[in-house]
Amino acid sequence: MKTILLILTLFLPFAAQATDVEQIIEKANLASYYAGNDGRADVRMTIYDAKGGTRERQFTVLRLNSRNANQKFYVYFREPADVRKMAYLVWKKVGGDDDRWLWLPALNLKKRIAPGDKRTSFVGSDFLYEDISGRGPDEDNHQLVSENNDSWMIKNSPKDPDSVEFSYYMVWIDKQTYLPLKAEYYDKSDKLYRRVSAVKIETIDGYPTVLEAVAEDLNSGSKTVNSFSRVKYDIGLKKRIFTERFLRRPPREVRQ
Amino acid sequence: MKFLNRALLLILLLIASRGSGQAFDLGGFELHGFSELRGGIRLQNDAHQDSISLFEGRLQLEAAQQQDLYSWTLRGDLLADGVLDNQNQNLNRGSGLFDLREANLLFSPLDTVDIKLGRQILTWGTGDLIFLNDLFPKDWQSFFIGRDTEYLKAPSDALMLSWFPDWGTVDVVYTPQFDPDRYISGERISYFNPLLGRLAGENDSSRVTRPDTWLSDDELALRLSHNFGSTESAIYIYRGFWKSPTGFDVASGTNIFNELNVYGASLRAPLFGGVGNVEFSWYDSADDRSCDDPLVPNSELRFLGGFERELLPELTAGFQYYLEYLQDYTAYRQTLPSGTPQRDEFRHLLTLRLTRLLLNQNLTLSLFTFWSPSDADFYLRPNLSYKLTDAWLLTAGANLFGGENLDTFFGQFEKNTNAYVGIRYSF
Repeated sequence: MKTILLILTLFLPFAAQATDVEQIIEKANLASYYAGNDGRADVRMTIYDAKGGTRERQFTVLRLNSRNANQKFYVYFREPADVRKMAYLVWKKVGGDDDRWLWLPALNLKKRIAPGDKRTSFVGSDFLYEDISGRGPDEDNHQLVSENNDSWMIKNSPKDPDSVEFSYYMVWIDKQTYLPLKAEYYDKSDKLYRRVSAVKIETIDGYPTVLEAVAEDLNSGSKTVNSFSRVKYDIGLKKRIFTERFLRRPPREVRQ
Repeated sequence: MKFLNRALLLILLLIASRGSGQAFDLGGFELHGFSELRGGIRLQNDAHQDSISLFEGRLQLEAAQQQDLYSWTLRGDLLADGVLDNQNQNLNRGSGLFDLREANLLFSPLDTVDIKLGRQILTWGTGDLIFLNDLFPKDWQSFFIGRDTEYLKAPSDALMLSWFPDWGTVDVVYTPQFDPDRYISGERISYFNPLLGRLAGENDSSRVTRPDTWLSDDELALRLSHNFGSTESAIYIYRGFWKSPTGFDVASGTNIFNELNVYGASLRAPLFGGVGNVEFSWYDSADDRSCDDPLVPNSELRFLGGFERELLPELTAGFQYYLEYLQDYTAYRQTLPSGTPQRDEFRHLLTLRLTRLLLNQNLTLSLFTFWSPSDADFYLRPNLSYKLTDAWLLTAGANLFGGENLDTFFGQFEKNTNAYVGIRYSF
């Protein structure tokens, strides 16, 4: 009996810490991707390549939380001109492949997109598909490395290393808002090659919100700045908006 | 001269549209579009056509307004065409200086009903560049000479009523005057003409009679669709005409469009880490149910199975198998006039699409291949497009046809094999 108690006491601090880390990660996931029941934002994405060239995308995102942490997204493109009026519909399924469709207005065509590697670029930027829609907390092992008064620093190692390009990433999570302030990605030779940072955070409708985020590719020297504006939460988005009807006819919520 | 005048006009319009450096905002609605130059040459010597297959300047303008109660869209192309001799303005064929792509009004008389009225582009079905239950007009000439894929779809002048009850969607499209395909007529693309028994080109224009009586030579297309979770299902009905003049009227000596009804269904769902689809249709050739008239196409059953998935990041592959089964084949063979090329009872077609994105998705390499083992012919569509900037797009590609026989679907186009380049400025 004594031995069992001893073993328990030995493991207790680790167990408690593990729970804490999982809780932090879970709360950070909720704060980053699930604020409110629904939300909208206008996004201006500026891609700076290493040679000084820039490209710009502008789109509006609608998001609706559904059951079991699943979500629906509607992305309506405004710029550049060649993708104007295209719409992108995602039914995100946690733990499975997302259902995705692209609306091509010139052809009046709802094209279904085969599930893709979530760690490929989103619309040619330095942000990855997974940065936009969220990486499942269960896909990594989490370890609290250090903390100070303001933030926790957590190391995340993939459970399936072959499925991703990083060997691990460090994330700094704000103790007040639970928003990730910075994530740094290390490659298989332990070299830092990618950084995503939240550079401007404000509270909107009661939810701490990232209003500017930067993704940097330290190998190529390119970076992408995402600026969010006209952010609103709990605007009463209906499920039916995330269907073909509103691909054909963009809903009022995406119009300016 | 005509071409030069039009080209000049386009350039002036382009300068005007660039004047503001941005798209116009005309108090409540915006004006957008693109201007484009495209040119292409035949890679083989075709006795029936010029060696230049494509040479045109195009300015597309779109004005649109979206409101809560209604929205409208006006979209049209000004075209300076340096290839076609006959440039009479024809909004159905898309020839002449102006091609109206869209002019429609969309409104919701009820909370669960949308109506779109006017000229519009319509598409449905699950195939990739293969259409079974989509009987909306196509423009095969544009497709084969290397215009943007957008131009494969020709506009319909129609009323589309969509009803969205809780259990699914009902779409009804009524076209009061039959809108045929912008079919291969010889004017840009030479083809095998069974009546001539040889290839026909720009000087062999055949006489075609289009059923064009309003409200009687009409088309009706219906789709019922329903989603089971991630699986999309649909049932289709069409009543109208064969979309190309495949029939022949001896009395008038003209090619005609026979009556056609189509019934079909489709499924599309996630499958093995990709997306799979199946679709079938029955083409009921209503003018010749007994199949004993060689001048009217027989009824057909058509089937499509497809699968697409990502092979590697930024590399996607799509595969399709397509089957046409000609019904009452014995009757067809017995009544076929001697000397006329004979179709197979089964036409098998395989397609493969490979798409590779490079350079931060600014460079797209794609290859679409059609190959028919039964017809022993093929059609390859390699294409490269590069986004020089957010506004400028460069494109180059080819349409490569080949086959053992002159009279098969792709084999007849062998002499039309062409390569093209284009540059587009979007605003």
